Amino acid sequence: MDLLLEGFATALTPENLLYAVIGVLLGTAVGVLPGIGPAMTVALLLPVTYNVSPTSGLILFAGIYYGGMYGGSTTSILLNTPGESSSVVTALEGNKMAKAGRAAQALATAAIGSFVAGTIGTILLVALAPNIADLVVKLGAPSYFAIMLLALFTVTAVLGSSKLRGFVALFLGLGIGLVGTTTGQQRLTFGSPQLADGIDVVVVAVAVFAIGEALWVAAHLRRRPLEIIPVGRPWMSRDDWGRSWKPWLRGTAYGFPFGALPAGGAEVPTFLSYITERRLTKRPEEFGKGAIEGVAGPEAANNASAAGTLVPLLAIGLPTTATAAVILVAMQNYGLQPGPQFMDAQPKLVWGLLASLFVANTLLLVLNLPLAPVWAKLLQIRRPYLYAGILFFASLGAYSVNFQAFDLALLLAIGALGLAMRRFGLPVLPLIIGVILGPRLEEQLTTALAISQGDLSTLWSEPVAVVVYLVMAVLLVVLAVTAVRGRRADSVVDQAKNSYQEVSM
Amino acid sequence: MSDTDLTTPTEPAPRARVVDTAQYGLAAFLAVVGVVVVLDARSLTRGFADQPVQPYALPYVVGTALLVLAVLLAVATWRGDRPEAEGGEDVDLDQGSDWVTVAKLVAVMVVVIATIDVLGWAICGAFLFAAAARVLGSRTLLLDVAIGTALSLLTWYGFYVGLGIPIPAGVLDGVL
Repeated sequence: MDLLLEGFATALTPENLLYAVIGVLLGTAVGVLPGIGPAMTVALLLPVTYNVSPTSGLILFAGIYYGGMYGGSTTSILLNTPGESSSVVTALEGNKMAKAGRAAQALATAAIGSFVAGTIGTILLVALAPNIADLVVKLGAPSYFAIMLLALFTVTAVLGSSKLRGFVALFLGLGIGLVGTTTGQQRLTFGSPQLADGIDVVVVAVAVFAIGEALWVAAHLRRRPLEIIPVGRPWMSRDDWGRSWKPWLRGTAYGFPFGALPAGGAEVPTFLSYITERRLTKRPEEFGKGAIEGVAGPEAANNASAAGTLVPLLAIGLPTTATAAVILVAMQNYGLQPGPQFMDAQPKLVWGLLASLFVANTLLLVLNLPLAPVWAKLLQIRRPYLYAGILFFASLGAYSVNFQAFDLALLLAIGALGLAMRRFGLPVLPLIIGVILGPRLEEQLTTALAISQGDLSTLWSEPVAVVVYLVMAVLLVVLAVTAVRGRRADSVVDQAKNSYQEVSM
Repeated sequence: MSDTDLTTPTEPAPRARVVDTAQYGLAAFLAVVGVVVVLDARSLTRGFADQPVQPYALPYVVGTALLVLAVLLAVATWRGDRPEAEGGEDVDLDQGSDWVTVAKLVAVMVVVIATIDVLGWAICGAFLFAAAARVLGSRTLLLDVAIGTALSLLTWYGFYVGLGIPIPAGVLDGVL
């Protein structure tokens, strides 16, 4: 508790408060822009943090992260097509509400629900992360190796509709991660000195998210403008409050645990929340026509899971969503390696970050309820400018890593891969996680085998590792059984999942 | 090169087998990458004695997996497996794919890559924005150039003054 108070002391200095405000505004502004989800928001804004002190930089980032999440829900309520998988469900009822003239109420229940869920989620994060870190710190390399394998496996095989395409993306990512000289020899560098240090993850993330998306949209740019629903100042009636608060809490209860699992992501909990609310509602006739419960629950689940993903990220150093992966990259740029020792080694920074999450969450509510009409105007930005701007800032981001034309060429090449991935339905998340975790997987394996002097049985010598392998075995069996039984036809989750591509951006 | 028929992925696949020929290209790409990774791994020598995981171990795994996946993807394609192209706010999958625009954008970026060492970010950034906006359908050339110039100068000075990061100025060195 003292640590948290000290964290608030760090987060509430005028300078850091300013960074939090800038972060929330930037994150929301960029997140509201159509076609830009939280992961791309964070990736595009990476350069902003280069020369700021780590604490301020991470506080800026916390603001950008929460702002980007909020911006995404605004887009999916006011435009029917969600830009990311976690907002798919919000769009179902949210856009119907907007069309029925209740855009303001939909935005309000999303914003307040996000605040409630974000706050509860952050409290849970504060309570859990240090304890988990204490447990994790006792684990050896074999357990780490197993947990990373599990994360790679679940992100690839459990999420996403096509396992084959998931594994294709994963191994392409692992391949990119091989480039460099970490093992003492040149691997896949083709003699190029620029590749000797490996491919910068910033370049990969910006290329796959921003360039790939811009090129893909360029190939399919909508010729007729989308219908945008005008919005006033968000507010809710007494009745709306009465119908919203339980879904907020239930959504939080779904979202946080799913976010904290190694197979994180907001997709499953938002769907579960939607189904639950539809079952429990007293006005089932409104579902499908704009029921406020159908916005309140999933939006809360979405934000709670965002807080949940920070548990494995901070305590184990394990990113489980695309956004978390980019945040990890940002931390690594500062030479910080999240993980069990992180909390003890950098208490000021970690607790400052945690406190700033509360601050960002509150700022989001205070700033964004009145600003909603302004954000809605951003949706009308001319599309040529929007996508030219994405290319501009993506290039700037990649160029500012080393100021080498080579990085821009790499950006374009991997961007072309990103385009192909969208064309062929390859999910982006396994690739990014593969790039990040591949080298660390090798490192943990090396450490484990170095201690055991090459004895492979060390890999299952720790109880945690054994449990993790059992979980993977069970998942494999479940996947195999469902594959044999064929697709269960009428599961809402599958249906809705199939109707939108997993984007997780 | 049209993938207009990908708009309603919820519908069960039609009985007639429609092969997405382009997907063979992806399978071929995977195979090539797999071969390159394996060949590169073969060129690595045994590491130090205290290196329990040889430098070529993981590349062999990744390369082999890519080759296996290439075969699996080719088989799946042959059996009529088609990808769900990704949707989005501004993506209209009802229309065919406009690869000409994509090619033009790539050309714009290639020009930037070729000239950035000489011309510097301020000029290249302005060109990138204006040219990309034009390719994407903007018809207000002067305004595009003006916005592009403003953006690139703002970011240049923003990085230089605000963040203390000097982006190389290229030919404008001394002018900016």
